[in-house]
Parts: sequence; structure tokens; C-alpha cells
Amino acid sequence: MARTDVELMLDVKAGDGQSFDLLLEKYRSPLVNFLGRMVHDRATAEDLAQEVFLRVFRARKQYTPSAKFTTWLFRIATNLALNSLRDNRHQRMEVSIDAPASDDENAPPRELPAKDARIDQQMIEQDRAEVIRRAVLSLPEKQRVAVLLHKYEEMDYSEIAKVLECSESALKSLLFRAYESLRVQLAPLVFTQPAASPAGKGRQA
Amino acid sequence: MKCEEVSIELMAYIGGRASAGTTRRVEDHLAACPECRARAEEFRKVWTVLDEVPAVEPSFGFDARLRQRIAAEPRRAWFFGFVRQPRLALSVALLAALLVCVVKLPLGNPAIQPMDATVQQEDFNAIKNLGVLENYDVVTKLGALSDLVPAPVNDSQPQDQQPKIDDGNGGA
Repeated sequence: MARTDVELMLDVKAGDGQSFDLLLEKYRSPLVNFLGRMVHDRATAEDLAQEVFLRVFRARKQYTPSAKFTTWLFRIATNLALNSLRDNRHQRMEVSIDAPASDDENAPPRELPAKDARIDQQMIEQDRAEVIRRAVLSLPEKQRVAVLLHKYEEMDYSEIAKVLECSESALKSLLFRAYESLRVQLAPLVFTQPAASPAGKGRQA
Repeated sequence: MKCEEVSIELMAYIGGRASAGTTRRVEDHLAACPECRARAEEFRKVWTVLDEVPAVEPSFGFDARLRQRIAAEPRRAWFFGFVRQPRLALSVALLAALLVCVVKLPLGNPAIQPMDATVQQEDFNAIKNLGVLENYDVVTKLGALSDLVPAPVNDSQPQDQQPKIDDGNGGA
């Protein structure tokens, strides 16, 4: 009978390296996938995923199964991702779709007409996946985490709420606002072309 | 169920994670409310469209790099364990600072500057002319010379000739 994540982690705590390998095998892809969607940079995502596993390894002696292993794992990942985004915010060259207009009166006006036209233009220049990725990236950080865990990691509301350290009712509101924003941003894409067959599945373990 | 309540539960319903009771209440409402039904349909399409974004896969060397970092952990663990003890860390830091000061002191203290070259030459000449003092036995036996009875003065002996002193090596 397969051991649960908590049992594996308790074995890691007892010094069993093979159990750590099993956890690595199980959560390597979900973590890199989640972090890749969060920070939109593969190299950074891999570094952060490794940092997550390192922190798990370092904390093995103090581990107590007070919550689901995945809750703990993705809380570490979320905190690292948010810190990374904040640390690197000044370095990011990309302009968010919803970035506020410049306060500088001398700055040239941004050519950003209606949202539909913007997304149409993006559809010409980029493929659909990139448009969707950017729409997700344009969400506020907490909404983005909630959507990624809900949609791609298939977590239930109670677990996502624990990762984000908020109530379930607050999470429902958060998710509603996030999907509403995506619905508006992706409306031209959704209704001008039929959706392709699913290509990106979430949690693979 | 009101439209606002349905909106909040809609994504859990579409994602298949609403409870059986919630699912039934949402479906009852959607059957009776065209606006919410239209909104649910749009949300469902957004949900499907999100699947078009391909997953980000880890690179081939992910595990190898992680194992390298883990292999370097014991020293790091020791270091971080050490710095987590503030008193010990402070003591060692002060000791290190003290050592640095002591090691650097000769360079920074003007009282211990290198001597002038002429002074060094004079000192060297004076020491060179005191060759006899280099012999430890001679130095240690100098005190006994004062106890010797003065030998009769031999007028034929040159004034500057030094008395022969046993060097402790059998006269060799």
C-alpha cells in the first residue's frame, strides 16, 4: 500500500532519503508548473522549486503533520513566488495589461484602446496560449495564486484557503473576482474562436 | 438561492468541487435564471480556455542540481545553526575583530615604525664588533673573570692582547 505524503515526510524526518526522492518525484512537476505560471520565467520557476524542496529538506527535523503536506508545500512555494515577484518587480520590463497610466504629463500617451481591441491585437501577434498566460499574469498576485491552485492544481477551497491563509468565504469572493476578470479579458478569444483541445493539465501526480 | 450567491458558488460548481447540496441548489437556480445561466456558460468557456496554456515542465537537470544543493547543506546547516545562537555568534565576531586588530597593529602603530637606515648600520657595526658575545659560554663565564687573581704584568705582552679564555670546548 502506497504511503501518504505525511507518512513519507515522517520517514524523511527519520532519515529516509528514498522517501524524499518519492516526494520529489511526485511534486517536482506540479511545483515547477505552478511557479512557472506564477512568475512566467522557467529558470526562475526552477530555482524557486528547488528552493521549496531545500526548505522542506532543511525543515525535516522539525516537521509535524499539522496540515496536509500539499498545503505546506504550496504555501512555501506561494511565499517564495510572491517574494520573488516583489524583489524583481523593478526589473520586470513587461508592461502589465492593466498597468496604471503614467503620471508623467510629458510622457507619450499609451495606445491602449478598448480591451477587446487590445486582445484582438495580441491575438494577431501572439498565439492564444500567450494571450491566456498574460491574462492570468495580469491578475493581482493573490487572485493569480487562487486561480492556479484551483484550476491547475485542482485543490479544493479549504486547502487553497489554508495556503492563502484566508477564510473560505473570502476565497470564494477572490476566485469570483479573478474569473470575472478573466471572463472580461478573454471574452474576444473565447467567443471568436472555438477552444482548442486541452493541452495543459494541472497536477500530474 | 439568489443570483449573488450563485455567482460566488459558480466556479466551484463549474470546477466540479461544489458539494452535492450546493450543486443541486445552483442547478435549480440556473434552470430558472437565464442571466445566471448565460454567465455560467461564459465561465465554463473560460475554464476550458485556460486548459490551452501548456504546462511548464522541469528541465532534465533539475534533480541533479537539487542534489548538489542538498549535498552542500550540512555545512550550511551548521553555519545557520551557529548564527542562530546570537551570543556565540557575537563572541566569535568580537574575537575575530580583536584578532584582526592585533594582526594589523604593527602596521598602524607609529611607535613601531622601521628604523632609519643609518641607525640600523650603526647598530649593526656595534654588534659585529662584539663577536665574543655571540658565544654563549663566554657570556656565561664572564662573571667568573672578575674573581681571578690578576696575573703579573708581562711587559713583553702586547697591551691589546686579550687573555685566553677557555671556550668550554676543550680549547678547540
